[in-house]
Amino acid sequence: MTETLQVSLWRGGRDGRYVGYEVPMRANQTVLDVVTWVQRHLDPTLAYRFACRVGMCGSCAMTVNGRPRWTCRTHVSKVAAKGRITIGPLQNLPVIKDLATDMQPFFEKWQAAKGAFAPSRTRNDEVAHIKPGDAARKTADAGIECINCAVCYAACDTVRWNADYLGPAALNRAWTLVNDERDAGNAARLAAVAANGGCHACHSHQSCQEHCPVALNPTASIAGLKRRTLQAYLKGEIKP
Amino acid sequence: MIARLLAHRGNALWIAALVHRLSGLALAAFLPLHFLTLGLAIDGEAKLDGMLRWSEQPLVKLAETVLVFLLAIHLLGGLRLLVLENLAWLDGQKRLALIALAAAMIVAFLFLARVF
Amino acid sequence: MNVRLYVWQRTTAAIMAPLVLVHLAVIFYAMRKGLAAADILARTRGSVAWAAFYGLFVAAVSIHAPIGLRTIMTEWTPLRVRYCDIVAVAFGLLLFGLGLRAVAAVVLP
Repeated sequence: MTETLQVSLWRGGRDGRYVGYEVPMRANQTVLDVVTWVQRHLDPTLAYRFACRVGMCGSCAMTVNGRPRWTCRTHVSKVAAKGRITIGPLQNLPVIKDLATDMQPFFEKWQAAKGAFAPSRTRNDEVAHIKPGDAARKTADAGIECINCAVCYAACDTVRWNADYLGPAALNRAWTLVNDERDAGNAARLAAVAANGGCHACHSHQSCQEHCPVALNPTASIAGLKRRTLQAYLKGEIKP
Repeated sequence: MIARLLAHRGNALWIAALVHRLSGLALAAFLPLHFLTLGLAIDGEAKLDGMLRWSEQPLVKLAETVLVFLLAIHLLGGLRLLVLENLAWLDGQKRLALIALAAAMIVAFLFLARVF
Repeated sequence: MNVRLYVWQRTTAAIMAPLVLVHLAVIFYAMRKGLAAADILARTRGSVAWAAFYGLFVAAVSIHAPIGLRTIMTEWTPLRVRYCDIVAVAFGLLLFGLGLRAVAAVVLP
């Protein structure tokens, strides 16, 4: 007789509820395996997202026992205390259905933080020569592996408390671009992150860094933005 | 249920931020009372002395100890933030937060020892 | 919280750091010497130095505390930001007024 897991899954939209399911326990089982088993064997109406299932794309991020994580990289044995798991959609985002959230606010804030590269050259100009060992390049590289999974955004209480707050991912990306010599958009970018809801709203809880599956440190990036915007403000370059 | 809500907030630095916020709030609430007390001196020492004698009660001394702790922890936590925000990133923020807590407790304990 | 409020809050924090240390030292000193009100006031009355020290402290805290309070109100209460601004400013004025009165009480001869 195989052991079973008692699994609680969020069903419905914002006003939904947790529903219990019994899932056979297996060796080497991930939380994504569990969710998939429910959808295939118990309830085909369960909505959830995944893609690569090998820890590269970030699509499978959900709240597991209160913590935001990639479900394909979360072993059941690590989180199922006494054979129970609770799985819900990522927090701080609107729920579409069950375990799938609307990522639009997350990406809108990315744009609002000017998290897009603004080119300073055209294809007709010479390619920029950037040494990988340059201080600014190393700083940018430290934050560049973000794949927009929104785990940090879901973990951040300042996002939860402050609707204007751009959030750790957007600000981390802005910082990598601030350090990109080829980028020409810093005037607008620094103004964007120095406004209400920008980098100064961060309280350095470091929940983002604690939960980031790619081991990034948005708190450090945001601290960098605080320094840069402070300098710009004192020089009169930004007027909030 | 509560445990699940709090699950991802056990992080020491989140608690440090909460302590910083609550200590600031408590100090802000205390300040007007502190200023009013000192203002008693306008009418001469008598009223202020009366107040200082009232504060000889053990419960008041305990409250004062708590206030000293709150002031110390708010200062030290604030210093950690100023360093974090203005100097190059230091790993080990959790350790720094614990050191701040320990130092504040020592200061408060020294106060407690002297006030009783 | 934006860069302007941030600058004011962090600057007043930095100013107050040494002031708090001195204040704590003063408290410990007064306790060790067992000073009564009359003794304390004898040392502060007519002192320009104490007036300047505590005057600066009052000014700094009257800026620092309201900004912190405003952040807490905007994040933890459902009040509108405009209302939080008003409450913060009012609290700042209260602290400043009461604080200067307290300083005057102990330094004016």
